[in-house]
Amino acid sequence: MNSTALIHAIIDGVLTGSVYALMATGLTLIFGVMDIINVAQGILVILGAYLSYALSAHFGIDLFVGLAITIPTLFVVGIVVERLFLARLKGPERTAMSILVTYAISLVIEGALNMIFSVNPVQLHAWYVNQSFGIFGIYIAYIYVFGFLLAAGLLAALYVMLYRTRFGASIRASLADQTAAALIGIDVKRVATICFGIGVAVTAAGGMVYGATNTFNASTSYDLISRLLVIIVLGGMGSLGGALLAGILMVTLEDIVAVAWSPVWSQISFFVVLVIVLSLRPQGLFGKQSARVA
Amino acid sequence: MNRKGKLFRTLGVTSVAAASMMMMATSSGAASSSSIAKGQPVKIGISLSLSGDFSADGQAFAQGYKLWAADVNAAGGLLGHKVVLDIKSDASSPTQVVTNYKTLISVDHVNLTFGPFSTLLTLPSAQTVNRYGYAMIEGAGGGPSIFQAGLKNVFDVTLPVAYDLAPFTKWVTSLPAGTRPKTIAYATSNDPFTQPVVQTAQKLIGSKIKTVYNKVFPAELTDFTAIADAVAASKAQVVVLGSVDVPTVAAFMQAFQQAHYTPKAFIATAGPDQGATFVKAVGAANANGMMVPNSWFGGSKNPSSVKMVASYIKKYGGTAAGVNADVAEAYSVGQVMAQAVTATKGFDNKKIIAYLHSGVTLNSVQGAVKFDALGQNLAQTAYTFQWQGAKFVQVNPVGDPGSVKVLYPKPAWGK
Repeated sequence: MNSTALIHAIIDGVLTGSVYALMATGLTLIFGVMDIINVAQGILVILGAYLSYALSAHFGIDLFVGLAITIPTLFVVGIVVERLFLARLKGPERTAMSILVTYAISLVIEGALNMIFSVNPVQLHAWYVNQSFGIFGIYIAYIYVFGFLLAAGLLAALYVMLYRTRFGASIRASLADQTAAALIGIDVKRVATICFGIGVAVTAAGGMVYGATNTFNASTSYDLISRLLVIIVLGGMGSLGGALLAGILMVTLEDIVAVAWSPVWSQISFFVVLVIVLSLRPQGLFGKQSARVA
Repeated sequence: MNRKGKLFRTLGVTSVAAASMMMMATSSGAASSSSIAKGQPVKIGISLSLSGDFSADGQAFAQGYKLWAADVNAAGGLLGHKVVLDIKSDASSPTQVVTNYKTLISVDHVNLTFGPFSTLLTLPSAQTVNRYGYAMIEGAGGGPSIFQAGLKNVFDVTLPVAYDLAPFTKWVTSLPAGTRPKTIAYATSNDPFTQPVVQTAQKLIGSKIKTVYNKVFPAELTDFTAIADAVAASKAQVVVLGSVDVPTVAAFMQAFQQAHYTPKAFIATAGPDQGATFVKAVGAANANGMMVPNSWFGGSKNPSSVKMVASYIKKYGGTAAGVNADVAEAYSVGQVMAQAVTATKGFDNKKIIAYLHSGVTLNSVQGAVKFDALGQNLAQTAYTFQWQGAKFVQVNPVGDPGSVKVLYPKPAWGK
């Protein structure tokens, strides 16, 4: 085995995995606070990619600069979706119903995107998308580095918000126990709405990087959501740190196996790890038993 | 008789009755398809991947079928009956495609069926319509698994895919020793369409060019970075990519560019043949030098093809180079069915199947069509096409009047 190729695979895995982690963080945040499994997260990532595409192709706005528009836009989309559809879900079947409702939302958005942009695959273009720099004989693409820095920055901002602000304390209290949080005066519904908005907003950044590193159309969302769900299950549903670690672990492991052994086994190897972890820790790497029960 | 016995007898009677009703429904559905009252349209049932992994191809196929139907109707229809297409979306699912054809035949009572996109979906579709006695003429199910299934009702109007790369392999191995590439890399999706193509190419090339990378990757894979980087690290002078769509080819091209690696020749089994869709996704400058095997291209001088391309541009816009090869495959399906219907003077699927197996030579925008006992069309020639600037041109077989010189070595990315 070529050691340079192996090192390259690890670097690729860490850089790409961080972007998956960012997308999955939104999903796990939403589940942790609201007990909602948002299977529309995949199509929302693609929506974010298409928004960046529209701004770039039609207005010449740089992909990263465009995030100043797409992130708030998707935050508002998240708020609207939560208020219109998810806030109405009540009772013990709420989590199961959320899968159906968000799947329906996903289908509607997919249909709309197909109508507006057609099913022909597109990719985001900018100077840094295809360019790279060399270091110790390995070429590293700028877009992966920029994507990693963006993901790291946003995850850090999310961390600061969660652990250094009053609102973050409200979120953490809701994550731990919604009933107790409500009893101490936290407006759990408001926290849930904003959390859903934040969870959707991060898809704008994830979608932009995904669209710059992959050709996509609306149907790409199905591949994405399956990977995102697997990440949060491995990391522990509701755990932000777990999503980060699982995202990086998944892509890095797949890349290493693809290079060192065979691409055929790359995805299977990850699922083997997933089964082993879940056998030993049914709640995932960092999940709490209560989070799964909720 | 005890209670349990009564229950079993009731269940038995119900099952027999249900089975009888299903048989009656099936036979009546098939029977009703053979004769059409005067003034009534002929209904053709098709399942296409309008969403999912094959959606770009599915939409192009829909364009081809609709274009054919419009042209036929403008000329008076099939035996005087207006053609109506009943298209259902299968979301690129081998399960849904079966449901769709069952519905088309037993509920919608279509008279004829056309094939879906891809070998993956054509096989279960052909097996399904075979149970109802329907012919399945198709244009994108050329993998060996289709013809090894022992079906008598399937007819692929396009050249079988296994030898798609034969002209390319002949060209690359017969280059003068000084310019002939020394190393080659094979990377292919484990798809029933791509694997036979790449495996045949490997056999034809043999040890004439040293293999430095040879891997199969899962069809469901979405992140190709590690594999593409491994190919780049092998520094192979030729890359043969077994791909089914544009995203796969685009991912490898992007990774190669990022790795500052340009192979001397790069051929993909599918993707670069998607016309404007491919160029838009990868960028016009990057498309330069990319090669793809096929049996048709927009610049074909076949009079039937010239007419279809003009009709396409009038209806959908664009240029001849931008017309997706899927459009021609779908259009050919319609043309072959029309000739079979005209020859058999009706819509009886049994007669149509017998006619298509009779060894008759038919015409299509892709060229001659003549089916062997397995339903393969062996009358066509495999070609290799290449993007040269904004033009999509035929480069192989070498010596063919329609072939131009191969752009070799491939220019650097973006040049």
